[in-house]
Amino acid sequence: MINDENGVDRRGALECMLWAGAGALWTISGGVPHSSALLGVAEAKAQATAGFSFVQISDSHIGFKQAANPNPLATLQEAIDKIGGLPNKPAFMIHTGDISHLSKPEQFDDAEKVISNAKLDVHYVPGEHDIVDEGRGADYMERFGKRLEAKGAGWYSFDHAGTHFVGLVNVADLKAGGMGSLGPEQLAWLAEDLKPKSGSTPIVLFAHIPLWTVYGDWGWGTDDATQALGLVKRFGSVTVLNGHIHQIMQKIEGAVTFHTARSTAFPQPAPGSAPSPGPLKVPEDKLRSVLGVASISVKKGAQPLAITDSELAKA
Amino acid sequence: MAIKVDRRRLCAVAAVAFAALSQRARAADASVRIDNFTFTPATLNVKPGAVVSWTNEDDIPHSIVAADGKFHSPALDTGNAFSFTLTEPGAYAYYCGLHPHMKGTIIVAL
Repeated sequence: MINDENGVDRRGALECMLWAGAGALWTISGGVPHSSALLGVAEAKAQATAGFSFVQISDSHIGFKQAANPNPLATLQEAIDKIGGLPNKPAFMIHTGDISHLSKPEQFDDAEKVISNAKLDVHYVPGEHDIVDEGRGADYMERFGKRLEAKGAGWYSFDHAGTHFVGLVNVADLKAGGMGSLGPEQLAWLAEDLKPKSGSTPIVLFAHIPLWTVYGDWGWGTDDATQALGLVKRFGSVTVLNGHIHQIMQKIEGAVTFHTARSTAFPQPAPGSAPSPGPLKVPEDKLRSVLGVASISVKKGAQPLAITDSELAKA
Repeated sequence: MAIKVDRRRLCAVAAVAFAALSQRARAADASVRIDNFTFTPATLNVKPGAVVSWTNEDDIPHSIVAADGKFHSPALDTGNAFSFTLTEPGAYAYYCGLHPHMKGTIIVAL
C-alpha cells in the first residue's frame, strides 16, 4: 500500500508512464499512481526541464511463432516506433530481458536490428530465454555483457544524471523448485557497488524476474530478493523495474516502487487465472492493447536539473 | 569380384538398418510429456537401461535438468524431444531449467 509517512516527500519523485497500443497513460508521482490522459506537449516540455526520462521494454521473445503472436518482430518494431514518437526523447532504453526466444544468434541479430531503430543506448539484462545457448549464457555475455562491462552472468551498474542504475541477473543457475535467484556472488558485488552512494541518490534496480513475489506457484518471484532489498533500504528513492510476467504489476513499499512491464510480444494470464503462465492468445484486434513499453521520468525537484533533450525522436 | 563387394555392402547396409530399427524400438521405452508447464507423468518408473524421452508439447520452451547434474537438455522448442538413458537404479529428480518450479522424477528400479 502507499506509505507517504509524513507528507514530506524525501525521495526524488519518480514518474512512470505506461501505454499500450491504445494510448493509455498513467503516472506515479511521489509514489502515488495517477491515471491521466496522454501528456500534452506543454506538460511534456515542463517534464523535460525537470529531470530526464528513459524507456523500458521487455520480453520481445524474437523467434516466438505460436498463435499468441506469430510475428513478435513486427510488434517490437511498433513499440520502437512508439518510442520514436515520444514528445521528449528518452535518455536511453532498458530491456529487462527475454530479448530472444531461444538464444539463437539470428534472433538476437533481428532483435538488435529493430531496437537500434530507436537510436538509443540500450542497457540489457538477460531473461531465462536468453541464456539457453550451449554455453548457457556465454553468447549473451559476448554479445551484450561485454559492451555493458558486465560481470558474472551479466550484472553491472551505471549512473545517469545523479541516478544510479543497477542491472541484475536473476535467471542464472536456477535451482529445482525455486524461483528467480541472484546468488551470493552478485549480492556481494551489489553491496560493494552501492557502498559509495549517498542515501539521497535515487536508485533504479532492473532485472528480468520480479524482485518481489508476485505469484510463487508460477515462479514469479526471486528467492533471495530480500537480501538485495535490504541493501537499498537506506536509500530515499528506489525503483525496481522488472519483466518476465508479460503484464503490468506494481507495488509500493515505503520508499520502494516496484513495477513490471508489459511484453512487446504476447501477454500472459493474470496470476492463478489460468492453468499455467504460458502465452495468452487474445483476439487479433486486442493484441496491441496488451503489449507495450514503459517510460520513466526522473524529477530532481529543487536540485540542479538534468536537461533532457525535448525534440521528437523519430525512428 | 563385383558380386562379393555388393554382398558385403548389402550386409553392411542390413547391419546399419537393423541397428537403427533397434534404436527406434529402444527410444520408445518410456515417455514424459511436457504441456502447460507440467511434466506428465510427474513420477515415471523405468527399468535400468531404459531410454527416457521427454517431448515438449507446450507452446513455450522448456529444458530438462537433473538435480544432481547427470543430464541437462538443450532448450526444447514446441515439438522438440530429448532422450536419456539411466542405467543405475535410483530416484532422479529433475526440473525445467527455464521454469524451475516445474519438477519431475524418474525412478529407476529392477
